[in-house]
Amino acid sequence: MFDVLFRQAPDGQLYIDWIWSGLGWTLLLAFFGWWIAFVLGVVVGVARTMSNPVIASLGRAYVEIFRNVPLLVQMFLWYFVMPELLPTQIGNAIKQIPPPWGSFWPALICLSLYTSARVAEQVRAGIEALPSGQREAAAALGLSTGRTYRLVLIPQALRLIVPSLTSEVMGIYKNTSVALTIGLLELTAQARAISEATFQTFVAFAAATIIYLLLALCAYQLMIFIDERVRIPGTEVKRAKQSLHRLLFRKSGAST
Amino acid sequence: MKHITLLAVAALSASGVIPAQSAFAQSATLDKIEASGTITIGYRESSIPFSYLDDTQQPIGFSIDLCARVFERIEAELGIDELKIEKIPVNSSNRIPIIQNGTVDLECGSTVNNAQRQEQVSFSVATFMTEPTWLVRSDSGFGGSADLAGQTVVVTQGSNAVGFAQSLNAEQGLNLNIIQARDHAESFLTLGTGRAVAFLEDDILLAGLRATSPEPEAFSLVPSGFASTPYALMFAKDDAEFKALVDDVLSGLMASGEFVEIYNKWFTQPIPPNGENLAFPIGDALQEKIDNPSDAID
Repeated sequence: MFDVLFRQAPDGQLYIDWIWSGLGWTLLLAFFGWWIAFVLGVVVGVARTMSNPVIASLGRAYVEIFRNVPLLVQMFLWYFVMPELLPTQIGNAIKQIPPPWGSFWPALICLSLYTSARVAEQVRAGIEALPSGQREAAAALGLSTGRTYRLVLIPQALRLIVPSLTSEVMGIYKNTSVALTIGLLELTAQARAISEATFQTFVAFAAATIIYLLLALCAYQLMIFIDERVRIPGTEVKRAKQSLHRLLFRKSGAST
Repeated sequence: MKHITLLAVAALSASGVIPAQSAFAQSATLDKIEASGTITIGYRESSIPFSYLDDTQQPIGFSIDLCARVFERIEAELGIDELKIEKIPVNSSNRIPIIQNGTVDLECGSTVNNAQRQEQVSFSVATFMTEPTWLVRSDSGFGGSADLAGQTVVVTQGSNAVGFAQSLNAEQGLNLNIIQARDHAESFLTLGTGRAVAFLEDDILLAGLRATSPEPEAFSLVPSGFASTPYALMFAKDDAEFKALVDDVLSGLMASGEFVEIYNKWFTQPIPPNGENLAFPIGDALQEKIDNPSDAID
């Protein structure tokens, strides 16, 4: 079924090379996008929990803007609108960046900011989930706000939210496909190009689907590994191991 | 007469005398239309003036008008009073798969008929002849493909212009940077904002985009050196009866002069939504096809 991918494409390469090229751009965009989003997300999430009302409002505004505007609209704004708003010389210089980098940088900025807003909310939830006694004890010990966050609150909060960050990690890999609308030929764009060139739509998109699934599974396994390593003891959810047989045939009330 | 025949066939087949047969034994498309009373067409959102959205977001255009004549014939042929028309937007990338899987019966857009596509779908006789052309800024001074060496150009993803640009790049060693935008409107925006210096697409589509832009004189068409290719209406492969019906309708329009009227309405007169005039009279290649309707590709 997938043998069409090993035929020669109009530009001399094999179609499978188009897939690898697309995958490369997807991974590049998602990997660096994630790290930028994570750092920004922690900063903004912390800002949202601070008692200073100005900082907290700025954090709130950041999250509301980047989370509520659809990702596609944000892509267009960064790619088409942003160079027009800057001074002409800078705008023209940006517009002359040759493809694919001309599409990559706006896509990276857009995806990072969008994901960072979501990470910020997770971080905020993690910090707020900590008992208020943590903050009070740190104050009693004489720690400044900065040191309280750095030494007490953030280390605990981040370890609490690793499972919910998993969906953000998997999400950013999937959201890279939106970049095709501004001309970045990542995996989905290459699948469309192969489908148009060979008319084998099912094969092209099946290949892309399988690759996205594998990426998601890898991300998931990695996050489980990280979670097991950094999890705060005592915060795991205990699950009684029940066999299917027991579930179906034992009367209720049976548990380990 | 047709209904009596159908009744007789049904009665006889029920008695086992003759096997049950659909009225259009060779046309799956016509059977489907008859059974559901609906025809589903594919339209383009920004292929001016063939098929595009007007200011009420309804599809209008040259191909849409031709398809309307086909609907009238289908209504007459199948004996349906009021054929329901479902409209589905399509684009360069999905128009062929959407015909292949039967979602759309007839694509009324701006699709080029070529040998590679004929392996997947069928086409009517040529409705238009077009030539791939570069759209450039009038003040840029580009006169042909060779002038674009080393520059950044834009094409639409999924269009056959992608293949043309890549082959031009390879054959003439132009070292082009090729941006692939999502659809024609985005490609024009890429050219308009200065990200690319030229946009390769069929001449008539470029004329339409230029005409509806705020400053039409700011852009010019520059020949690329590629040969003319035919546009046609697109439908499922191996449906000879449906093709015969569509071809008959189009040939009839060409013979009676109605085709030229419909053409002039969209190509040489002001068109909605802003009353632009493409001023694109019938060229030699198209006149030849009107005199001798044909679906040949050469």
